[in-house]
Amino acid sequence: MSNAQLEIQLIAGLVAVACAIPGTFLVLRKMAMISDAISHSILPGIVVGFFITQDLNSPLLILLAALTGIITVVLVEYIQKTGLVKEDTAIGLVFPALFSIGVILIAKNANDVHLDIDAVLLGELAFAPFDRLIIGGTDVGPKSLWVVGTILLITITLLFLFFKELKVSTFDKGLAASLGFSPAVIHYGLMSVSSVTTVGAFDAVGAILVVALMIAPAAAAYLLTTNLKKMLALAISFGIFSAIFGYWVAHWLDASIAGSITTVLGLVFLLVYLFAPSKGIIAVMYREKQQRTEVSLLTFLLHLKNHDEVEERHVNHLYEHINWQKVRAKTVLDLAQKNNMIHIDNQVVSLTEKGDEFTSKAIDYIITNEDAQIEDMKDDFFLFRG
Amino acid sequence: MGNKSKENIKHSSPNDKTPTSAGVIAVKVDDLTVAYNYKPVLWDIDLEIPEGVLMAIVGPNGAGKSTLIKAILGILKPIAGSVTIYDKPYDKQRQLVAYVPQKGSVDWDFPTIALDVVMMGTYGSLGWIKRPGQKEKKAALEALEKVGMLAFKNRQISQLSGGQQQRIFLARALVQNAAIYFMDEPFQGVDATTEIAIINILKELRKAGKTVIVVHHDLQTVPEYFDWVTFLNVKKIATGPVKDIFNDDNLTKTYGINYQVSIQE
Repeated sequence: MSNAQLEIQLIAGLVAVACAIPGTFLVLRKMAMISDAISHSILPGIVVGFFITQDLNSPLLILLAALTGIITVVLVEYIQKTGLVKEDTAIGLVFPALFSIGVILIAKNANDVHLDIDAVLLGELAFAPFDRLIIGGTDVGPKSLWVVGTILLITITLLFLFFKELKVSTFDKGLAASLGFSPAVIHYGLMSVSSVTTVGAFDAVGAILVVALMIAPAAAAYLLTTNLKKMLALAISFGIFSAIFGYWVAHWLDASIAGSITTVLGLVFLLVYLFAPSKGIIAVMYREKQQRTEVSLLTFLLHLKNHDEVEERHVNHLYEHINWQKVRAKTVLDLAQKNNMIHIDNQVVSLTEKGDEFTSKAIDYIITNEDAQIEDMKDDFFLFRG
Repeated sequence: MGNKSKENIKHSSPNDKTPTSAGVIAVKVDDLTVAYNYKPVLWDIDLEIPEGVLMAIVGPNGAGKSTLIKAILGILKPIAGSVTIYDKPYDKQRQLVAYVPQKGSVDWDFPTIALDVVMMGTYGSLGWIKRPGQKEKKAALEALEKVGMLAFKNRQISQLSGGQQQRIFLARALVQNAAIYFMDEPFQGVDATTEIAIINILKELRKAGKTVIVVHHDLQTVPEYFDWVTFLNVKKIATGPVKDIFNDDNLTKTYGINYQVSIQE
């Protein structure tokens, strides 16, 4: 592996981490679309900043562009507050307007500006190692590595200092306000970090893919954990993995690095979406099937409890009485027998003591909706897990 | 923002002296007007809540009950009027106040556990940056115990029933160890057992000298649960001891229809 390859992977990895942190909070605040808006509308800021500084990695340019990001958020909120359009409409109005100003500015000055639309949309990660930072005659590495590294350091510091405030204002804005943690301050703080990160990542992965780096790792992590810190850690891990693995996919396929990273991100999310242990689509479908069976079981047990007549409890006629298909009746019968809830004498089904007790408790629960007495049943049966 | 409407609001408080006990006033609201998009939802409210009462705020939907609480707590900005907590502005008295928002106002799929939500109640006394430690955890566990939810401390919050979620919110307020508690419809969507558990805790708080203010919907239970009541419908209709003012006359004035339900048992 060459030095340049190593540097590209390092930059991609740091960008992924820097994006995953604000991305996690954006996902939890249901503000994923605002990152899309920011990533596009920083373009005029970048172009104007470039006219002034002539350097894509200048801190002034980054601040100017981040300011455009904040202006986007303010504009969206202002338009939304008039009550004339909804938030998604406001986003859809604001960012194309700002983005198009950027596009026109680039087109008008294409000759003397080292900036083109392709680079804006997809980034130029492969060229990142060529733009070196030289301090006192010594080469200390690619400029964008330093830029992204600095942004990441700031983000991590802020996360560490204000984790509690971010958490409480994301979960319960009203409580945060009443406790004296101004939700507006935290909101704009998060928006500022998101904007600065977007500008920093923009150079590497472009306007479109930076959105994927913010949202996809967090969305996947959300499906895997019920702990905010773990969610952050998972989002960061997914981001790093996708950045590194995506780089090598691009290498093997001789394709765009940013495109490959995003494809890997999409695949990671797809896998998690399918196979996440409790929130994944397969787990959910399995659970629903189990629940259907358990409801059937309960219906069946209830029928037995309510009917003393032998003819109502005959194995061969059961399905007629409860109006079930034979296959389903068989599944339910087997399940009840496996759990020792029924016994069968001469083809006639009766409740065992355990079955009787279970049925009473279950009915009690359904009627009173009280939890206490069925806590111990929850482990065995999906139905009662809410 | 609302500069021009501010001038339109007349500070006319017809001297309807609030009946108060001889004691201290915990919360005082003066000429409070709150508007959404310049349409007032609370109009010129004057209110004095004496220390140590367990007070219900009742009124029809859209009467501004939640808005009143939010404006008192500075969550919403009024376009006119002022609020004091023990004679000082709310900003100076945060530590004295605990707030239980409506259960439906938060996303219960948020990745966290019951204990952590209760710990959030301690954030106010910690202030910015400082992290909760063992002391805060102990306080949170005690509060969970009080509301009978200790066994659920590590349960993911989306896995709790509606009543359990409400108890968690109550525990979070208890942990603040405040002097004044504001609760927005704590009995909404909870089972009977939880309702009894909550009201018992509220009565205990009152016994300990705390002031408790509850947005309440079920008029039948007002005389049984509360000793003080405020009728609200955009304007304040009446406020005072339940035994003096909770009558068909005020109910009719508040709800607009001829209120026939007799509340005397």
